[in-house]
Amino acid sequence: MEPRIGVYVCHCGSNIAGMVDVEKVAEFAKTLPAVVVSRDYKFMCSDPGQDLIKNDIKELGVNRVVVASCSPQMHEPTFRRAVQEGGLNPYYFEMANIREHCSWVTESRKEATEKAKALVSAAVRRVFYHQPLENKEVPVHPDTLVVGAGIAGIQAALEIANSGHKVYLVEREPSIGGHMMQLDKTFPTLDCSACILTPKMSMVGAHPGIELLTYSEVDYVSGYVGNFRVKIRKKARYVDSTKCNGCGTCVTKCPVKVDSEFDERLSKRKAIYTPFAQAVPNVTVIDREHCTYFLKGKCRACEKFCERNAIDFQQEDEILDIEVGNIILTTGYQLFDPTPVKEYGYGRLDNVITSLEFERMVNSAGPTSGHVLLKNGQEPRSVALIHCVGSRDEKYHTYCSRVCCMYALKFAHLLKEHVQGAKVYEFYIDIRSFGKGYEEFYNRVQKEGTVFFRGRPGEVTEVALTPEEKGKLIVQFEDTLVGKQMRLPVEMVVLCSGIEAHGDAQDVAHTFNISIGKDHFFTEKHPKLDPVATMTDGIFIAGCCQGPKDIPDTVAQASAAAARVLALINKGKVEIEADTAFIDEARCSGCRVCNLLCPYNAISFIEKDKVSRINEALCKGCGTCVAGCPSGAITHRHFTNEQINAELEGILV
Amino acid sequence: MQTKLKPDFLDEVASIPACGKINECIQCGVCSGSCTTAAHWEYPPRKIIAMVRAGLKDEVLNSSSIWYCVSCYLCTARCPRDIKPANIMHALEAIALKENYKPPTKTTTMYRSFARSIERNGRIYEFGFMLEYFLKTNPFAALKMLPMAFNLLIHKRMPLLPKSVEGRRELNRMFSNISTGGYR
Amino acid sequence: MRYYAYYPGCSMEATGAPVEMAIKTIAKPLDIELVELEDWTCCGSSPFSGVDKVKAMAITARVLAQAEKTGLDLVTPCSSCYTILHEANDLMKEDHKLAWQVHEALTTIGLNYNGTVRVRHIVEVLYNDVGLESLASKVKRPLTGLKVACYHGCQQVRPEYGYDDREYPDWLDQIARALGAEPVNYPLKAKCCGSSLVISETDMALELIHRLLQNASDNGAQAIVSTTCPLCHTALDAYQPSVNSKFKTRFNLPVLAVPQAIAVALGFDFKQAALDGNVVSPRKLLNPYFSGRAPAATVKEPAQKAA
Repeated sequence: MEPRIGVYVCHCGSNIAGMVDVEKVAEFAKTLPAVVVSRDYKFMCSDPGQDLIKNDIKELGVNRVVVASCSPQMHEPTFRRAVQEGGLNPYYFEMANIREHCSWVTESRKEATEKAKALVSAAVRRVFYHQPLENKEVPVHPDTLVVGAGIAGIQAALEIANSGHKVYLVEREPSIGGHMMQLDKTFPTLDCSACILTPKMSMVGAHPGIELLTYSEVDYVSGYVGNFRVKIRKKARYVDSTKCNGCGTCVTKCPVKVDSEFDERLSKRKAIYTPFAQAVPNVTVIDREHCTYFLKGKCRACEKFCERNAIDFQQEDEILDIEVGNIILTTGYQLFDPTPVKEYGYGRLDNVITSLEFERMVNSAGPTSGHVLLKNGQEPRSVALIHCVGSRDEKYHTYCSRVCCMYALKFAHLLKEHVQGAKVYEFYIDIRSFGKGYEEFYNRVQKEGTVFFRGRPGEVTEVALTPEEKGKLIVQFEDTLVGKQMRLPVEMVVLCSGIEAHGDAQDVAHTFNISIGKDHFFTEKHPKLDPVATMTDGIFIAGCCQGPKDIPDTVAQASAAAARVLALINKGKVEIEADTAFIDEARCSGCRVCNLLCPYNAISFIEKDKVSRINEALCKGCGTCVAGCPSGAITHRHFTNEQINAELEGILV
Repeated sequence: MQTKLKPDFLDEVASIPACGKINECIQCGVCSGSCTTAAHWEYPPRKIIAMVRAGLKDEVLNSSSIWYCVSCYLCTARCPRDIKPANIMHALEAIALKENYKPPTKTTTMYRSFARSIERNGRIYEFGFMLEYFLKTNPFAALKMLPMAFNLLIHKRMPLLPKSVEGRRELNRMFSNISTGGYR
Repeated sequence: MRYYAYYPGCSMEATGAPVEMAIKTIAKPLDIELVELEDWTCCGSSPFSGVDKVKAMAITARVLAQAEKTGLDLVTPCSSCYTILHEANDLMKEDHKLAWQVHEALTTIGLNYNGTVRVRHIVEVLYNDVGLESLASKVKRPLTGLKVACYHGCQQVRPEYGYDDREYPDWLDQIARALGAEPVNYPLKAKCCGSSLVISETDMALELIHRLLQNASDNGAQAIVSTTCPLCHTALDAYQPSVNSKFKTRFNLPVLAVPQAIAVALGFDFKQAALDGNVVSPRKLLNPYFSGRAPAATVKEPAQKAA
């Protein structure tokens, strides 16, 4: 079919017409090869604008369309739809960007018009060689995988399961709950954290639509949106979860004591344990790195005393192979360890503690039954809270950790509540109380008598310069609002350190084929307009693994990710853009250079045929393999050599 | 009475080697909090930086504050924005000396004597430079130092004669090449 | 034999003389050859930066240019010189305008600097190049039972990053241990002695020195093993009587610069270790070691009595 090109030059009000002489460009287009009609119009994206195209297709037999207007990011889908509605294959369309690339960035009318002509000429020559292409459709598996069962994962899993679809919820710790389970009260409402979390945990445990896989990790992921295959490793608990009823007899009989991770090493657990009382599932687990049986072959006390015969030292890791359509990552965070911040003395000085250590102490179910205590067992009469430890700092993390100001304020309130007459001092650079009820909470804490010093301390030292300082921790700082250096002796210092990405974030990102940023948080598709999707279709992120945030924002993101997944499940199928690459197997020499070049792992080598093949659902059309193939065996649909060369000619001629 | 601002002062300081990051200060106060001698500063280091940014050139350079910097570099080691307050203080000292400000401190005289000793001998002639300094400021203070000076003398740690080196001529040649331009 | 270009710095000829002598004593037994730069001039250090930054960098660069001609690493014992030489090196790499001005100045005296010199502190050379094991193997007179507070000072560890810890360094402690001594906990080990302003702000500096001595004594030290920086050594040693007189204290803490301590441990005598140059005499404290009798555990007298 002989190409008959229609060219439409948009004014875009004065956005383009104000700088580019659009009539001249339309006139010029008439002189280009194969152009049968050339028009200019005020707003091509409007209904009448689109109708121009549709009518010309019908009445003038136009079978290739060029619109010279804004960026394809804005309206390529609009015009492709219009072309399709006019009866043509949507890929017979090309856009020339004479706004963002021309009128908006050129200062002279003459130059802008010349440039617009060149861009239109390029588009016209290119569209001449366009081929009709079909978007592929792939089905979407209705099951979902959620990785990480803190509040984010729990929320997402419940949202999806409540809609009637199955969820696999994977958690690597022996119980679900995450860091939120460690907290005492949450700001600004001062809700008891466990009290609001445990009902959701119970729902998860009891939900018929959620397959809960605790003490498990994802080993391997392959596939593409709608069709993922995942290998999950269920680590051996050495306890049969079908038999164990959580009575706890084994725990009391176990002779081995180990630092409790849940209590931030402030108390001991046993080698066989549940991490906390409300654990879901309520099944014990044996820590084989500390268990006497695994280390020396002796003991087996738990086995002796278990009335249900639930102990099974022969248990092995189990690998589960599942298929899901979508994955949500809700792997959470870890707290910045302030040990490297030597000037604050964590690890060197007694009674300098981290925020999570403080949470565990002030929690009535914690290691000190809710009493804030110094190492000598006494309550502190004065406490300093230092903000921004390891945050807003070129040496550690440059970002602000968002939640620390609020939790520091919360601590001040709890200290006033728990320790009669305690003097509480906050050392801050800024108070970031941005959320609903947050500024009011700050005001409340001020009213309660906490003293605020604006100044990040230089150091915390034990070297006393006066008798009052003897035996205390001295915070040396400048009160920047007064302009003098001061020394304040206190009995306890709480370092409000920030949220950071997990140490193995890079490995996790690699397993799931998503990106991480410079701070190792998972990268969202667009920081403003698409914060829960990733560049990998079908994989979503929510909560602190995407960046530091508080519980309200975490829950919102989790629900958002669930909604995205449900939208895909509801649609049942996913359209894959047609501009993918394909390999001419006759030309392929089997060198496999392309396999390694593909950033999306879309190319695999077919052993029996000794050629490489591209999975079109995974292919994003980046073109790397096309450029890299030494045999020139790979073609990029909609970006063929012919098309690109024609486009270049259009610009240069 | 309205304070007179010199808005170019910030740019002037920011263009001095090692001082470029002064614009990035968040006024957190870690430098002042760490400063070994902060108790003696009329305006602690953080405030000096704020005053530079505000263009309060005269207040900064007429104050004795910056002259108390002992170059312990605690501020520089701890600053979360990687700013070098110690270098900024020394840069301000150089401006003060060049433009003949007279802050109430003897350290200005000491630094000038130090520099002159180098120009004259190529190296610091400790005895000579200290002698010149005390004569210029307070000869009676020198008496207080006598016991210590005596101790150093008998332990052969205070040579009474300067050791001039040939290299001093090269230094002076370099100086005359630079002092016409200073640094722009 | 390891060769280094050596830059003593102005103070080593005067107040730092004993430290310098001790360094020269221990060099050969530790297989180090220090080749002193010919006709070296002052590096300028911080005071000169407070007078004119470009002039200051120019005279620092003269030292670097001379060192570059030898093709060896440039080693200095003076922490102040170390800091300014290192800074000049780094600054000229970042600030091209400054590098050009310095280059122009150097050409007037027929020198050129291409930025290839590695500036090193002698303590770091002892720690990394000589090494603790090699040092320990050469010890003939272990300082067993000698409780020492290891004073690193400011500019040996700051602003340098990735060297020793900048807040609580411990290379000198490790060296002291290799010599058989017992380093005590010393929280102020890297805090300032104030010596850069001891001439014009004597009282302020004496207060700082007082704190350092008090902290060492409070932690049970019998002596201080100090960095090689001549200003730090002089502050703690030569000014100790002034501190005693001003604050009515009775400190008697001999200050052994680390090469002096090494010299004693390697078997050299009192004079060879340049201990006769110390104002606070270490003779009584170290007698047991020199005479080969029992270690200092027999010395019962406390280091000082507070006022």
